[in-house]
Amino acid sequence: MSGTLNFSAIWRNFDDLLYGLGLSLGLAFVAILIGCFLGLITAYCLVSKTRRYRSPASIYVTIIRNTPILVLILFTYFAMPQMGIKLGKIESFVATLALYSGAYLAEVFRSGLIAIPPGLREAGLAIGLSEFKIKLLITTPIMFRNILPVLGSTFISLFKDTSLAAAIAIPELTYQARKINVETFRVIETWIVVSFMYVATCTFLAAIMRKLESRLSESR
Amino acid sequence: MTVMEYIPFLDSLIDLFTTQQKSFQKFAHLLWLARYPILKGIGTTLAISTLSIVFGTILGIGVGLALTYGRRLIRWPVRIYTDFIRGTPVLVLILASFYILDFVGLSLTAFQAGIFALTLFCSSHVGETVRGALQTIPKGQGEAATALGLTFFQTFRKVLWPQALRQMLPNWVNTAAEMVKASTLLSIIGVAELLLRTQEIISRTFMSLPFYFLAGFIYFSINFAIELFGKYVERKTAIATHANSTDRAS
Repeated sequence: MSGTLNFSAIWRNFDDLLYGLGLSLGLAFVAILIGCFLGLITAYCLVSKTRRYRSPASIYVTIIRNTPILVLILFTYFAMPQMGIKLGKIESFVATLALYSGAYLAEVFRSGLIAIPPGLREAGLAIGLSEFKIKLLITTPIMFRNILPVLGSTFISLFKDTSLAAAIAIPELTYQARKINVETFRVIETWIVVSFMYVATCTFLAAIMRKLESRLSESR
Repeated sequence: MTVMEYIPFLDSLIDLFTTQQKSFQKFAHLLWLARYPILKGIGTTLAISTLSIVFGTILGIGVGLALTYGRRLIRWPVRIYTDFIRGTPVLVLILASFYILDFVGLSLTAFQAGIFALTLFCSSHVGETVRGALQTIPKGQGEAATALGLTFFQTFRKVLWPQALRQMLPNWVNTAAEMVKASTLLSIIGVAELLLRTQEIISRTFMSLPFYFLAGFIYFSINFAIELFGKYVERKTAIATHANSTDRAS
């Protein structure tokens, strides 16, 4: 162990870390956006009364939830090309994280949809809305408001999962940290700073979600 | 005149079928050759998961108790600890313990450093679960126990803990499945668990598709078994309330 802590090597490379954090946030944002869309469709299939919609959706959710995400990432990036599907690093990671978040969000959305009283749908039918319009204008917005607290923690855990992109050498925060660690041997300093960056980002995201929550509950 | 002339695609179909069959035979052969590494990998994965769940649960119960009953001087550091661990990705925890512990002179193997990181991760989750379960118990119960003259320890062991255990068991089983999934991350620091073994086999055979598929399937089976067990536990520990008995929709 070499004496005192010295953060100067970290600050010199801080631009790389910031770039990595930006990339992490970007990956998470795009993947979660696609994942929300996937999850919404899956959730409506999960609560549907017909088995034809329900079983494929529940198979999708069960498979994704019970497979480690690292295996999914490596599978998409290294094994899919053998089936003729070639994707770049970023595309394959975003696709995997979107599929993964879709399954987790579907469960969250489903719990929100179940909690909606059936009277609302019936009221929609009574004023002549189509099933699609009822979903778009009535149930989905109410569902989103109900599940906001859970949604926040799901978003945060998906953001943390972007650290796995380092496994296929996408230069996000964890990858940059490892690089600085190996180049400068400032081991303790690197990991302290990087952990703080992750914790700070998660706290920030949690604060935004809480703000959103209180604003939406005011309007109720 | 042969069948070929009637069905123009038949020979290409037969071709496809035979090559598929050949590659399947090749895969089966390679799988047979690699059976011991794969079995060892499964063993290591299960060992990592079990050890980190056991240590993490023990530590986590302490964390949960400190969060619920600790004085401010104890509660705040533990709160910071759990929030910090929960805010950091598991991969960062693993890499940090691997590099830092080695750097400060504790010569741990990758296996030990990995278990250390997963134990921290598990303890923060179990701690939150324990805290959540203990806080759902109405305050009056503890007060009633105190009124009866039970000590804190007796109150905890005979009144609060049995109820909390029932509350937290389903969640705890979920955490166990999380730990099996998180154990794959140890492949990145070079612990020869199932995923790293699979990668080694792939780099030797170049058959990434079937072997990754196999690894995924094995992990799925382990976790699916845990999930089914969790559902069973949830049914068994469900507290019969009015809401439960009338709730058909879910």
